[in-house]
Amino acid sequence: MEVLKSLLVILLSSVLVNNYVLSRFLGICPFLGVSKKLDQASGMGVAVTAVMLIATAATWPIQKFILDPLGLGYMQTIVFIVIIASLVQMLEILLKKFIPALHAGLGVYLPLITTNCAVLGVAVNNINDGYNFLESMISSLGCGLGFLLAMVLFAGVRSRIDETKVPKPFRGVAITLIAASFLSLAFMGFAGIVDKLFA
Amino acid sequence: MSKNNNLSIVTKGILKENPVFVLLLGTCPTLAVTNNVFGAFGMGIAAMIVLICSNMLISALRKIIPDGVRIPSYIVIIAGFVTIVQMLVQAFLPELNDLLGVYLPLIVVNCIILGRAEMFAGKNTVGKSALDGIGMGIGFTLALVSMAIVREVLGAASFAGIAIPFLEPYKISFLVKAPGGLLVYGVLIALVYIITNGKAPKKRSFSCEGCPSRATCNPSACGGEKEEA
Repeated sequence: MEVLKSLLVILLSSVLVNNYVLSRFLGICPFLGVSKKLDQASGMGVAVTAVMLIATAATWPIQKFILDPLGLGYMQTIVFIVIIASLVQMLEILLKKFIPALHAGLGVYLPLITTNCAVLGVAVNNINDGYNFLESMISSLGCGLGFLLAMVLFAGVRSRIDETKVPKPFRGVAITLIAASFLSLAFMGFAGIVDKLFA
Repeated sequence: MSKNNNLSIVTKGILKENPVFVLLLGTCPTLAVTNNVFGAFGMGIAAMIVLICSNMLISALRKIIPDGVRIPSYIVIIAGFVTIVQMLVQAFLPELNDLLGVYLPLIVVNCIILGRAEMFAGKNTVGKSALDGIGMGIGFTLALVSMAIVREVLGAASFAGIAIPFLEPYKISFLVKAPGGLLVYGVLIALVYIITNGKAPKKRSFSCEGCPSRATCNPSACGGEKEEA
């Protein structure tokens, strides 16, 4: 029971409180770039969640069983980025070959994810926070779902912005960022809720 | 003439092609580390060192690296330099390391560095690429520091950790938190647009143009924003 509770706290706090996009500022590029339409936003969100889970499943054992015992902790950055980049490439090739329908839906987002800081951020954060393997996977799932939630919500906000008349200097990126700021303000309201929920 | 040319490579990074406010690259660290002037300056300098070194090495190797594996090679080169900088910071500036945290290793995926490798260093000579690195690095640092000054002075009533007592009652503490970063960034982009009279920022939206993954990517994934470029 205790274990389940702590896993639930990790999941909820990474979805709501420490939302990767809105409070930790990781993965801002796809958040602003691909949130124009709802279907693209949700496609990107699902793809990021999948890659985060796979990346964590690969990087956590490598850190614990290869880098740490050999005292190669300083190689973390370079090893992780190479693993993530090659995993994403491999995933794309496999999807293309075996599940073409899924590739048509999600495959286009995969190359964009290689250089997404949210994925590398999750992998590094899981190690820094000292999570075990199960906790790391749950936290990656939470971060991915949080990313998806932010993308979907923001796609809705942006479709409303498109219909409004915005002062000229603010048109485009500036108003998008300000709208994101209000969404982030709303997510700040979740701070402290999760801990009290299970207290 | 060529001297002018070289000078313009450096200066264009500062305002006209400012990586943060005009090219809209490297948004994540821009938002994350600018609640403190010291952290913003440290991040700017760290990224600048990586940018100059990787630009020079990539430019020197541009004829050797096969086109098909260019992006992975760039990433490995950049990751190598980031690791060096990370170790130096951990050894000599532990406070800065604590402040930047996970964002220090994340310089690897900073789009400015990969973006400049792809857009500039892969096509130009070593000298020019180094100058481009210096210009872009200065532009990045200036942008980070200017944003940090607004956020730290108004939000925390301090400057680089030194308190400014008379501002204390008026501080707007939400500016140093996450939403404040997005708000200040948006307002500054609009301000740069007004200062440059709408001439410099050709880009009015996030598009594939500056995205480092563009070469490998299907344009429809970026929301088909190519027509705006």
